[in-house]
Amino acid sequence: MYVAVKGGERAIDNAHAWLAEERRGDPSVDELSVAQICEQLSLAVNRVMAEGSLYDPDLAALAIKQARGDMIEAIFLIRAYRTTLPRFGYSSPVETANMACDRRISATFKDAPGGQVLGPTFDYTHRLLDFALAAEGDTPEAAEGIARHEPTPHITEFLNQEGLIQTEEDTDKTPGDLTREPLELPANRALRLQSLSRGDEGFVLGMAYSTQRGYARNHAFVGELRIGKVDVEMEIPELGFSIDIGEIELTECETVNQFTGSKTEPPQFTRGYGLVFGQSERKSISMALVDRALRWKELGEDNLGAPAQDEEFVLYHSDNIQATGFLEHIKLPHYVDFQSELELIRKLRREAMGEMKEAAE
Amino acid sequence: MALSGENRPYLDHSMADYNFAYLDEQTKRMIRRAILKGLAIPGYQVPFASREMPMPYGWGTGGVQVTAAALTPDDTLKVIDQGADDTTNAVSIRKFFEKTAGVATTEETGQASVIQTRHRIPEEDLREDQILVYQVPIPEPLRFLEPSEVETRKMHSLEEYGLMHVKLYEDISRHGAIATAYAYPVKVEGRYVMDPSPIPKFDNPKMEMAAIQLFGAGREQRIYAVPPHTQVVSLDFDDYPFEASKADAPCDLCGAEDSYLDEVIMDDAGTRMFVCSDTDYCTGRRKAGHIGAQGTAFEEDAA
Repeated sequence: MYVAVKGGERAIDNAHAWLAEERRGDPSVDELSVAQICEQLSLAVNRVMAEGSLYDPDLAALAIKQARGDMIEAIFLIRAYRTTLPRFGYSSPVETANMACDRRISATFKDAPGGQVLGPTFDYTHRLLDFALAAEGDTPEAAEGIARHEPTPHITEFLNQEGLIQTEEDTDKTPGDLTREPLELPANRALRLQSLSRGDEGFVLGMAYSTQRGYARNHAFVGELRIGKVDVEMEIPELGFSIDIGEIELTECETVNQFTGSKTEPPQFTRGYGLVFGQSERKSISMALVDRALRWKELGEDNLGAPAQDEEFVLYHSDNIQATGFLEHIKLPHYVDFQSELELIRKLRREAMGEMKEAAE
Repeated sequence: MALSGENRPYLDHSMADYNFAYLDEQTKRMIRRAILKGLAIPGYQVPFASREMPMPYGWGTGGVQVTAAALTPDDTLKVIDQGADDTTNAVSIRKFFEKTAGVATTEETGQASVIQTRHRIPEEDLREDQILVYQVPIPEPLRFLEPSEVETRKMHSLEEYGLMHVKLYEDISRHGAIATAYAYPVKVEGRYVMDPSPIPKFDNPKMEMAAIQLFGAGREQRIYAVPPHTQVVSLDFDDYPFEASKADAPCDLCGAEDSYLDEVIMDDAGTRMFVCSDTDYCTGRRKAGHIGAQGTAFEEDAA
């Protein structure tokens, strides 16, 4: 005997309780603190801040803990929290030339003012599992140098002095805000960059990689990659001048791309740009490559039909919170739609079988 | 570095600290403007700055935002998914509004002033003082014919719906029938072709109703609407007229012949049973003494 399914509410409560228990794991193992996550899983924290579009390492660490290390779930928690925060205003543009760089490298010039600073990078580590880490020993102290206090000029500016690289036109126009206005196409570059900056690292990486492999190839040199802290300033209307309200860590990547000229533009180097919260190198380089690929129209290049050139394709599919929600919603009940499909398939089959039988006779 | 509430007062949030119905007033105003524009241009998809909600995109965030903007403290809310009040996601959304808006909720269609739905229109006729809010996954009826939003918006503005008719025609030439069973496209007030959300086509004729119908697509950032008593025509051809279909059986619990039915598998041999998808409708009929072929007399809390 069938009775209408009841008890959804109790099932949900029980599921949540079980989830909380699973999150904690074996209680005989020490619980992770938010501070531990913040300090020791800082690149995960950075990714959550970048794609969650909220610069707050403590909250990002809390989200990672709550999400059991599921990064997209953690990003989702941050996004959902972020939308509830009041807007006091907008900061002035950050000046990355004044960045206190922990890392700053150029693949285009052997040396430049400000020097090459390798910083805390995995780049030249041999990827061998370090079993000593499992023993939780002390970490030897790293050597210290003297911090550079003067600004570190952008390397692409040196190319600009020679007129070899495309000039970015200054504009006083306030850029749109992707989180306050619906994305309408065609989007301008500011909106594209906002979207890429919070886009899924894996998606943006895949798109960038596709351009390297020939789908709208735009051979990119890393003109400069810098990571460090910048001051955030905000103009306070009551004061009439701007004040420092804090500092944030950023990764900035500027690519220099080959360009042999088009119908409208002379041969020159062109640019791609990436700017991401925290130490997020892979993401910022990927972002710069995709940014460059999306600029085909303004540079008078041909549309090769490559995915990375298709603004609508890239922008509508880069957000992992939108993507995961829609993908996972197919877990929800679809009895009603499925029922209507069942009836349709039965009807079409009845007719098709009838015709086949007739033809056979 | 602990996350103490001392220097981070915002961490002491409880749901009670959120604004009525969760969204801030500015956001609600933005959504209400989109709703009003949608009502003024029936069937037209109005872009709106959809917010991240504390539930995933694709799980009703559009409907939730529209409901949040439409609710007043005096409203009574009903939430259904697949016609039922007790499906998990309906429970979750109803709880959300109980917590954030503190409004009264009900399972009775007639008692509700706002009904949020996924995939069904209630069987009971809706009244002028009611609002039906649909959750919409893909608001663009032309999407699966043309993937580009830039192109489909152009097609709507030029009223260029030839592609849709070609699709329906090809269905008929290939299958002898229009092979769309749910999310069956409609034309609203003779102008915009509109996606009715993935309701079974059985529900399409109900869309000419007395209540206000609002459609929210959160991920796709679109709101659209059908005002009361607006003409809603399911697309068809003169020689292949639209047909609202359902399983050819009565409900086994309440005996209803006029309601949309779910098919339930009963045993290992695959025996099927048909029951109303609208649980409130079915319960109401059973309370009134109707008994289906496999039903029993209604008892409170029988489930």
